[in-house]
Amino acid sequence: MNATAGEVPVIELRGVTRILQEAVPVTLVRDIDLSIRRGEFVSVTGPSGSGKSSLLYLLGLLDLPTKGHVFIDGEDTSGYSVDKLAEVRLAKLGFVFQFHFLLPEFTVLHNVTLPMQRLGRLDDDEIHARGMALLKDFEIDDQAKKRPDQLSGGQRQRVAVARALANDPAVILADEPTGNLDMRNSEIVQGIFADLAAKQGRTVIAVTHDKDFADAAPRNVHLVDGRIDSDTRR
Amino acid sequence: MFWRVSIGIAAAQLSYRRRQTIVSTLGVALGVGFFVATSALMSGSEQDMVRRLLDNAPHITIKDEFRAAAPQPVFMAFPEGAVTLSSTKPREYLRGIKNHGAKVEELSQQPGVIAEAALMGQAIVRYASKDASAGIAGIDPEKERFLTTIEDNMREGSLMRLKTSSQGMVIGRGMATRLGLGMDDLATVVSPTGLVRRMKVVGIFRTGNLLLDEGQAYMLIKDAQVLLDKPFIANRIRIKIADPDIAEDIAAQLEARWGYRTESWQEVNRDFLGLFVIRNVITYSIVGAIMAVASFGIFNIISTIVMEKRRDIAILMSMGFRAADIQWIFLVQGVFVGLIGMVLGWGIGLVLLQMLGSVEINVPGLMDTQRLPLAIGFFQFGIGGLFAVSSAVAAAWFPARKAAQVRPVDIIRGAT
Repeated sequence: MNATAGEVPVIELRGVTRILQEAVPVTLVRDIDLSIRRGEFVSVTGPSGSGKSSLLYLLGLLDLPTKGHVFIDGEDTSGYSVDKLAEVRLAKLGFVFQFHFLLPEFTVLHNVTLPMQRLGRLDDDEIHARGMALLKDFEIDDQAKKRPDQLSGGQRQRVAVARALANDPAVILADEPTGNLDMRNSEIVQGIFADLAAKQGRTVIAVTHDKDFADAAPRNVHLVDGRIDSDTRR
Repeated sequence: MFWRVSIGIAAAQLSYRRRQTIVSTLGVALGVGFFVATSALMSGSEQDMVRRLLDNAPHITIKDEFRAAAPQPVFMAFPEGAVTLSSTKPREYLRGIKNHGAKVEELSQQPGVIAEAALMGQAIVRYASKDASAGIAGIDPEKERFLTTIEDNMREGSLMRLKTSSQGMVIGRGMATRLGLGMDDLATVVSPTGLVRRMKVVGIFRTGNLLLDEGQAYMLIKDAQVLLDKPFIANRIRIKIADPDIAEDIAAQLEARWGYRTESWQEVNRDFLGLFVIRNVITYSIVGAIMAVASFGIFNIISTIVMEKRRDIAILMSMGFRAADIQWIFLVQGVFVGLIGMVLGWGIGLVLLQMLGSVEINVPGLMDTQRLPLAIGFFQFGIGGLFAVSSAVAAAWFPARKAAQVRPVDIIRGAT
């Protein structure tokens, strides 16, 4: 960890509670205070229904807290419009889910380049080059012209990671990224996440059931019943 | 930039569902095609009808009548007075248009205007102990040629022979058959005042209009003046102008100036023109119905795509696509279907027009074969296209808005 004490956390939750307003209100997470610094690799664990995924959606601005505040790069996002939140997600955050969620109509390469085209910061040639470079990083550049359903599960999940990295986000949020993979592919994806943090200096927050994966992360947040049970650094 | 992304996604999703897309596009295309064909037929027959109306009759007719009875002098003298008069009779005046020669002269000097003084009346044509009542039209053959289509409808002889033969007349085929009259036969013509003259048939016409063919006789105006005992009198001024559309205005001006009742062709055929409006309303409502059905098809396919694509919508939103981007994706799909349907529909319309154009109709009693009157113009293609695109956009609007309201976290939470 090369962060200094005075540095602004990349994501910070202050007193965050999320209650689903159903017939019987369901509390997903309660009174969460969590501060994540730039370049940290954090695993989030806990039993089923403990609020791991809900916490991740709140960290990733996909869901809004019922109470409390989410800070991104020190800025309170409470007053942000839906469009502004989308803009922050587009430029600063990358998601990887348990299911790859690739668009079936598009080629592998096009799936990776979509976020770049939406952001519109690069021209066509640059987008194409960066897309290919990302695929090459994960050794799937030979699959670029195929459609997602022609790939194996492990390959698809690597495409999903490449897509999450498309706009060079500071933070990668992963929800059970190895949950659907066999042992060998799990290890590959796990290695990729470790590298993202250690070699590229990105902040990685991963929800996982996988004990090996959780242990590989230098910091672990354990949830029980929507509260932080333990927050350990190694 | 992101425009292109939305369009790219829209195109990909449509081509992924090729069959549904083709079906709903064909729906739009058929609507446009039928609209183009029916409206070409409708406005073609309208133009054909108007052309017949215009060709068979003068554009403007000045008559020796007045629209309202002249006011009694006592009312003019005491406009505010409490005066009653009963059992008044309109003042008798000499029938005929005063100074018709000067009026015709003046009208004829306008560019593109043909004006003719004519005398209309009634008489009985008698031949071989058979009678037929006839409308007498005393005309000037030189000008009549341009005013009506009688000259074009001559079957035997010609209108111009009126000038070269003395006491000649031109009658319709119907009257000729009824009386057994042939070319150069001498018939007896009896006027209401009892004058009897013998006149020679110098031409026989056939217009297809029974009223004219059986009941109209044309002769020189001076012969008609003698026959009807109205020397130097004309009771009609018949006018043809360059632009028939302004006939109504010109008629009003002439009536205001000279006082005589002046009728434009629009006034005479008001009922026909009203009919055309009704026909157009019918055409447009049928096409509107076809388009409504087609837009249900579009609504259907785009709704299906939105339902199936909820996960993709969620992932696009989590990636950072805005609700508006998502809405565009589906609106663009509607626009695609509309535009492709429009172009295909134009093609279908052209094919239908070809087919309609080759249909031949044989009307019994008419010698020449008729074809369907078609008016093919950019207007119909434009309106048809407008119909297609706007109904497609309207149909796509609702599912697109629904797609934009997807909350990504609901989908993703449910999926994992």
